Amino acid sequence: MNLNPDAFIQVMPYLAQGLWYTVIITFVGVAIGCIIGSMFGLMSIARFKVVRWMAITYIELIRGTPILAQILFVHFGIPALFNYNFDPLFTGVAVIAINSGAYIAEIVRGGVQSIDKGQMEAGRSLGLNGRQTMRYIIWPQAVKVMIPPFGNQFVISLKDTSLLSTIAVAELMYQGRQFASISFNMFETYFMVCIFYLMITIPASILLRYTERRLDKS
Amino acid sequence: MIKVNDLHKSFGDNEVLKGITTEIDAQEVVCVIGPSGSGKSTFLRCLNRLEDITAGEVIIDGTNIANREVNINIVRQDVGMVFQHFNLFPHKSVMENIMLAPTKLKKAKGENQNQRGMELLKKVGLEDKASAYPSSLSGGQKQRVAIARALAMNPKIMLFDEPTSALDPELVGDVLQVMKDLANEGMTMVVVTHEMGFAKEVGDRVFFMDEGLILEEGTPSEVFDHTSHERTQSFLSKIL
Repeated sequence: MNLNPDAFIQVMPYLAQGLWYTVIITFVGVAIGCIIGSMFGLMSIARFKVVRWMAITYIELIRGTPILAQILFVHFGIPALFNYNFDPLFTGVAVIAINSGAYIAEIVRGGVQSIDKGQMEAGRSLGLNGRQTMRYIIWPQAVKVMIPPFGNQFVISLKDTSLLSTIAVAELMYQGRQFASISFNMFETYFMVCIFYLMITIPASILLRYTERRLDKS
Repeated sequence: MIKVNDLHKSFGDNEVLKGITTEIDAQEVVCVIGPSGSGKSTFLRCLNRLEDITAGEVIIDGTNIANREVNINIVRQDVGMVFQHFNLFPHKSVMENIMLAPTKLKKAKGENQNQRGMELLKKVGLEDKASAYPSSLSGGQKQRVAIARALAMNPKIMLFDEPTSALDPELVGDVLQVMKDLANEGMTMVVVTHEMGFAKEVGDRVFFMDEGLILEEGTPSEVFDHTSHERTQSFLSKIL
């Protein structure tokens, strides 16, 4: 066996730096994705057909294409058209935001639609307008429903950032590949890369389950 | 108080209300009875435009709400509604349920809020439940909170859509008692109900609806005891 135990330690500084990028890109990307998702999610159940149609187009375009294609399109495709280059980090955050936004939009739509129609009627019958009823009655209840699938999407987006290694964003996967290619410690490096991803995804899953159980009770 | 003129309502090709004309005076209690599918609930829901009005006029306290330019939200502040399935806000406490609309619509200010809420809770016999959440209440308690919530806007008219149909039989009495008290205070009420006892005792008038029309209207004794309509007779004989 060609095991080099020292490599497990040697790779760590590389991966620690990569992890930092991975976390930052995920948090900023998904945060923007939340804003995009809330907007398009509400648009997809709007009264006006044109608005609904716009939202559905966005959601289906994004959900129907692989994220790797989206990364390459944004990073190389669009700049080629305008003779302009994006910073890889910018592309990374933008793609994660746009991609997660589409999935979050579906989560938002599902959450709002899961609230009983009687809640809207009760609010409206008291004289609240549609917007007020949405804000004070429907939305707070819908958010509770949205938390578990949202947590899921967060974990998916975190793992999706690994594809940004193809455009040389110095995130976890890219850092691992760099170290592997100079040291040839393939097993040790990619083993540790997986461990580093699990260091975030497992706590995230535990937190998610805990939140779900608490929501079940209330 | 309420004037309905040739009211039609269709869902697609299905005409549910086929030209209803009637008038309800202030302080009157009208009970609407009839077989299911006769359009009772739809009729009630047209009175605060929860259902869009296809044709005709519905004049609430001088305002024709069939007119799309009318701000329906203002009219609805004067027309309380109680639903079969209560529709309390599950994420809010009983007090918050009651005071949400008055607070957001600036009908109640600061310190008066809780006081007003407590008055309403006392009225429905639930002053000890102010901080409880709807999930911890029985059906009858939920419905009484829903009534208090509707009353919090100081409405001139109260609409009840089968308020006791989803309740266990032994819980119906408390809710009917609250409604009786309300009637005695002079509230204008329209009640879609299967509680014939309530209709007889509390109703000033009874509407018998069938196939989208008010087939018969009169005092409870006229409708229950001296009806000449064959359709009314056969309906009553089935349920009494």
